[in-house]
Amino acid sequence: MKETPVYTEYHPRWYRARVSTYWWIRQWKYLKFILRELSSLSVAYFVVLTLLQLRALSRGPASYAAFQEWLKSPIVMALNVVSLLFVLFHTITWFNLTPSAMPVRVRGKRLPDWMIAAPNYVAWLALSAVIAWLILRD
Amino acid sequence: MAKRSNEPFLWSLFSSGGTVAAFLVPVLLFFYGLAFPLGWLASPGYQSTLALVRHPLTRLVLFVLCSLPLFHWAHRFRFTLYDGLQIKHLNEVIIVFCYGGALVGTVVASYILWNIP
Repeated sequence: MKETPVYTEYHPRWYRARVSTYWWIRQWKYLKFILRELSSLSVAYFVVLTLLQLRALSRGPASYAAFQEWLKSPIVMALNVVSLLFVLFHTITWFNLTPSAMPVRVRGKRLPDWMIAAPNYVAWLALSAVIAWLILRD
Repeated sequence: MAKRSNEPFLWSLFSSGGTVAAFLVPVLLFFYGLAFPLGWLASPGYQSTLALVRHPLTRLVLFVLCSLPLFHWAHRFRFTLYDGLQIKHLNEVIIVFCYGGALVGTVVASYILWNIP
């Protein structure tokens, strides 16, 4: 190496191939990734819906009844259907990722993925059943 | 001293919110968003819903259910905007919008839950 480096007036630019903004559309694998990330919008939508319902509940029976009617409008219904699909997608992908997020080792060997993912599904079903019972019991 | 990154903290909120959402949202959205409005199942009345929500434990669960998933949304949506639309130059605006939104939602949730009669 030279003692004094030669400085140029222009800083060299690193070459980076330009990636199209819509890089994720062409391949199903990438599209699935973006759809999975977009499921967070459905989660946020659910929270807003829940807060509106709780607000109606705290305002009294008339307000609550009006909210129930509003829920029946076609736009809200369509949003609910789409959101439910997205949220289910979130749940499934989330559970299937747990083996990667927290690998469990028993005696130095990594447990197979399904042994970490499966208990999530069992707990999910159990918890859903408990909630259904709480909501529907009378 | 080197500046510590907020990333691990935000990621832990994202992760716990994602778990809460994965376990609780589908069943609740199914009942309150579809089954009751469409009349597949008889909707529980005002009084029994109020009785259920009024319980301190339910309020606590509802608070967690509203707050953490909002931070999950904030984190995930922020990076979706970066990756999917490549708008990294709007970094500050996006950060304020996402995490600020989650904070506002958390405050609103505590206000509503506190004021349930």
